Amino acid sequence: MSSKRVVWNEEACIGCRLCQVHCVTAHSRFPGDVLKAFKLDPQRPVPRLVVEETGPLSFALSCRQCEEPECVKSCLTGALGIDRQTGTVKVEEARCIGCWTCVVACPYGAIRAGAGDHPVASKCDLCGETRSVPACVEFCPNEALRVEERGV
Amino acid sequence: MRYVIIGNSTAAIAAVEGIRRVDAQGAITLVADEAYPTYSRPLISYYLEGRVAEEDMGYRPPDFYARQGVQVRLGVRAARVEASSRRVVLEDGDELEYDRLLIATGSRPLALPVPGLERPGVFYFNRFDDVRALARVAAPRRKAAVVGAGLTGVKAAEALARVGVHVTLVDLAPYPLSAVLDPAGGEMVRRRLETAGITLRMGCALEEFVGDSRTAQVFPGEWQDLKEKYRRCLVGQHRLTGVRLQDGSSLQVDFAVVAAGVVPNVEVAEGTGVEIHRGILVNERMETSVEGIYAAGDVAEGWDLVRKERRVIATLPNAYRQGEIAGVNMAGGNLAFAGGVAMNSVNVCGLHVASAGLSNAEGPELEVMVAGDPPRWRYRRITLREGRLAGFACIGNVGRAGILTALIRAEVDVRPFQLRLLDEGFGLADLPEPVRRKWDWERGERSWASR
Repeated sequence: MSSKRVVWNEEACIGCRLCQVHCVTAHSRFPGDVLKAFKLDPQRPVPRLVVEETGPLSFALSCRQCEEPECVKSCLTGALGIDRQTGTVKVEEARCIGCWTCVVACPYGAIRAGAGDHPVASKCDLCGETRSVPACVEFCPNEALRVEERGV
Repeated sequence: MRYVIIGNSTAAIAAVEGIRRVDAQGAITLVADEAYPTYSRPLISYYLEGRVAEEDMGYRPPDFYARQGVQVRLGVRAARVEASSRRVVLEDGDELEYDRLLIATGSRPLALPVPGLERPGVFYFNRFDDVRALARVAAPRRKAAVVGAGLTGVKAAEALARVGVHVTLVDLAPYPLSAVLDPAGGEMVRRRLETAGITLRMGCALEEFVGDSRTAQVFPGEWQDLKEKYRRCLVGQHRLTGVRLQDGSSLQVDFAVVAAGVVPNVEVAEGTGVEIHRGILVNERMETSVEGIYAAGDVAEGWDLVRKERRVIATLPNAYRQGEIAGVNMAGGNLAFAGGVAMNSVNVCGLHVASAGLSNAEGPELEVMVAGDPPRWRYRRITLREGRLAGFACIGNVGRAGILTALIRAEVDVRPFQLRLLDEGFGLADLPEPVRRKWDWERGERSWASR
């Protein structure tokens, strides 16, 4: 099985956070329309990647799609699992109760508490449902993000 | 290879998944006294609230056993293990032969040494059957006492309050969640519970469960007899009228829930030569002292990475880790567990509380740092030992706390950046460059250790 994930190049990341803007947009009710996503979606999603910055160092971190994912092993309900087809770590949102055990388990801090009426674990899904290239990768102005395929 | 697994909860399921990573063919038989396909135990409080339906309780999809090639024997208890002939004898007389055996029998609620515990109307809060029965007595304006303000008791109290029951939470400890929180953190949880309409009687020991005089029938109070006890309560043959506290006061209640901790179900291992302390003693490969027999989950007493001793860590994530390692090793693999870290994350009436390791400890060898704004529902407590992170509690905002959990496991010197640990924005960029460069957990602590 192989799995994909988004990797960063911290030499090129300037911490502009456009990746977050486009991640939010891609997962909003108005994918493809930044303005509507931010102005009109009453349950605007949280970005599924974190931009960290100290001094000149910055990088955009998202789920590493671990081979031995702590989040999956810690999940209280079984909502988190490794997708058999893609090898990526996936949240079955209907089964997530928002206990955030995964948030407390992920060594990268790459899972966030979601927003909305039924907050669920929010993590990078590689825009798998909607796009061929993840929005963060496509819209990074410095090409600091790319998709890496990992053979297993 | 013939595998037998006793138990059907987290550690047992993890063991199935562990075995199948190594051995796709071997015959796996799983036997458990509960009659349900594997379900998520923490979901029982959500079931009671009506937020999760029975068909959504599954810890794994319904086709799990078929897909993994597991023979299941549910609703029958393993009576004993005959280690010399490698057989498990079931309650119904059947026998299962094994080459590798996993004991994942979990834990049961501690039976408080309090008169009246056996009365119908006194419930536990650990199994699906407990909440199925409770759901029939928990109605708006009824009154209940929940005894024990740990994680289980707090979730029970919250669920009952949400369905309209007038709940009083009783515990000898001075504040709720005292096993994982310090007084300041516990005070926040107390306030949140009170906001949800729950009455708290802390620092208060229970003296007696009081029933009506017709309650002549005495039940041993063992969990296996609960079904009959619950049935009698539900058909109205007996009822509870109140609880008496040690300070002389009484509470009028219609029913009570006891959540005073758990004890490992070690009995099936007795007489086998398997070494038992509080739980079944296991090494880093989850092997017991008898060849071919493994143990994992709440029943096992394995290495605690933080406390540096063998200890029962009765948490779900630890059960999974232990069970998976047991499974891989049973199938001929070779995995060692560096040790468990007690870790909890719970939502208490909308307030998120996360803790790991020595989250509330004090002592001459420990350095404790706190930050936050408790009145505004924010608190963070960091425990350091010899310059290493030994534990934390985060209340309100638990965001990215997993980095802290990994820092506990990593055992790196955090002194160069220790004040940053208190900041809610703490992240990987705060780690010293050499640590950040080798921050690889994609294959768990194995990839960390290999760097």
